[in-house]
Amino acid sequence: MRILRQRADVAEATKATNATDATKGTGGSGQAGGPEQTVGSAAERPASRATKRPAGPKPVQLREAQVLRVVRDGTYTRLAVHAPAIAEIARPGQFVGFAVGGPTSGLLLRRSFSIARVGPAGTIEVVVAPVGPGTRWLTARVAGDRVDITGPLGRPFPLPVAAEPGHGPRTLLIGGGYGSAPLFALAAALRQRGCHITMALGAATEDKLYGVPEARRVSDECSIATEDGSAGVTGRVTSAFDPTMSAIDVVYACGPMAMLGAVSRLAKSAGIPSYIAVEEAMACGIGVCMTCVLPIKPKGAPLSEVRLIRACTDGPVFPGEVVQFDLIGQVLPVATSPSAAPTRAPHSPSTPTSVEAPR
Amino acid sequence: MSGRTLSDQAVAPSPALNTAKPVNMTTKLANVVFPNPIFTASGCAAAGRELAAFCDVSQLGAVVTKSVMRNPRTGRPTPRMAETPSGMLNSIGLQGPGLTSFLENDLPWLNENGARAIVSIAGESVEEYAALARQLRGAPGLSMVEVNISCPNVADRGHVFACSVSASADVLAAVRRELSGTHYVPVLAKLSPDVTDIVAIARSVVDAGADGLSLINTLLGMVIDPVTLRPALAGITGGLSGPAVRPVALRCVYQVHAAMPSVPILGMGGVRTGADALAFLAAGASAVSVGTAVFGDPGAHMRIVAELEAELTARRLRSVRDIIGAAHRPAGTPVPGIQPELGPAAESEGQTA
Repeated sequence: MRILRQRADVAEATKATNATDATKGTGGSGQAGGPEQTVGSAAERPASRATKRPAGPKPVQLREAQVLRVVRDGTYTRLAVHAPAIAEIARPGQFVGFAVGGPTSGLLLRRSFSIARVGPAGTIEVVVAPVGPGTRWLTARVAGDRVDITGPLGRPFPLPVAAEPGHGPRTLLIGGGYGSAPLFALAAALRQRGCHITMALGAATEDKLYGVPEARRVSDECSIATEDGSAGVTGRVTSAFDPTMSAIDVVYACGPMAMLGAVSRLAKSAGIPSYIAVEEAMACGIGVCMTCVLPIKPKGAPLSEVRLIRACTDGPVFPGEVVQFDLIGQVLPVATSPSAAPTRAPHSPSTPTSVEAPR
Repeated sequence: MSGRTLSDQAVAPSPALNTAKPVNMTTKLANVVFPNPIFTASGCAAAGRELAAFCDVSQLGAVVTKSVMRNPRTGRPTPRMAETPSGMLNSIGLQGPGLTSFLENDLPWLNENGARAIVSIAGESVEEYAALARQLRGAPGLSMVEVNISCPNVADRGHVFACSVSASADVLAAVRRELSGTHYVPVLAKLSPDVTDIVAIARSVVDAGADGLSLINTLLGMVIDPVTLRPALAGITGGLSGPAVRPVALRCVYQVHAAMPSVPILGMGGVRTGADALAFLAAGASAVSVGTAVFGDPGAHMRIVAELEAELTARRLRSVRDIIGAAHRPAGTPVPGIQPELGPAAESEGQTA
């Protein structure tokens, strides 16, 4: 995340996603907001069948959505847009794409953001970090301006079956930086299902944390960590909670890829499912450009079964255990299965440096 | 002007139209008639399915699918994309399901949804292109085949087919052989602008049997990451697309049309508005693909169809086909097909950034 933020302009389009990110989603196979997935079943689903999930409501493009509020919130800016056609069908973990710069802008690509909140009367709220020309344009909007927005994109977080208050699964929601944004809508949905909610927010420094007061409000327990110790526990967010996760049934996380990798490994070693919303550079967010792919492997499958799967339409939420974090940015091993698989990547160059890999 | 295009009286508007008649948006490319001249661009619309949330694919002129190879393929590692001034670089590496899966899953979907399909194929050897063409024989709902020759030729140390007159011709001749006679399907050759003389390449592929040309593929480019000071893309180089390449694309279309006015051209490169599409038609394209614009505006195609219609109306033009190649007429002569009885032409600001 820090790396991403430093490279502001060049990489912004892509990463707008920030923590959340985005991507896309549509598709005929689309799934956006599809039928309810329950927590267990999603974990068993092989990645190779990821695109066979039943279609949900299709995303829409609103060319003239009205900006309702633009509120500075520390380092970040909260942008609320009147987008009832999106708000109606959006689910926690999905994202939206904004066109930036106006119709003659040289910035061609959409900027994607997790939906942080769906308000009454058809409002969608996102959290934006103004790190490049596109996000600065977006945060310079004022109430009454019109923006072109697409959504809801991508697949939502799977939710547990509803239970009486306090009798649902014990959940841990982990947010890195403004990756916490989609966790608040998620927390509300989990609360309705009777879940116990622990939240853990982390960032490099206090000013990079997002939503601490709200986290305290919506959770049963809340911990904070910063790498420089300027707020909460000193260290990574993973040091702020019991790493054995002994009192947790399911983990949800959103934030930088390195954090998501660490969270996924912890959950796996604790033997509990994790669902992570990834960030990947993407051009379209709707599944046509193939830039935001991640190496995904079904649980228990051999390395030859790794596929590059779109983060936008097949994610951004994945079971943590299927994402092959160590293969991001690497040339994939040769596949043997004829099904969906890559034969080889003959013209790929040598692997990039590790500094590029966290993307 | 393309003789082929203008000679098609069956679809051309009659001269005695009244002013209420809409613009005739149909066009003809290699003897195939399309309801409008706005197509998707290969690699910018997958196989059409994802666009269906944002437009009715049956309303598109045609869907040009992402290039498919014989076998499934993972493509290159990430990062695969970098935004550039008025453009972007991509380095996907032709990730795809392979032709067998495409024919089982994707082409039927396009047919069921009423889309006209132009299937783009890519290979690493002349034999692979031939095998792809052979496998496409008789495929239901196949309007045309587009041959993406901007691929490394394994037999020539990875040199790109499209940069060699002879290798380009070899590929097109092989595809033509497989799609001739009872198996005839119109074939477009998609050319790279990264050549010394695009007209020479165009002649070679037409002589080898291409029915038409797709102009242009992306330009090879690079971005250096300002933090790492290394190439931003895992693939080191990538294909540049978007409005940044539009002048190059227009130049290629114009040069090739000037040299071979009867050869139909599918023009593309940075088309973002109806005015941009109009410029390509005037340069000599019979139809226009919209590619990168879709990444920023998934509804771009039908918006551009409407804008093009408005541009034609504003110029008192009744038919898309009237203005194909109009840029090649002598200075001072009227735009062909103009209908003075429709009133004064509106002013237009022309192309966008």
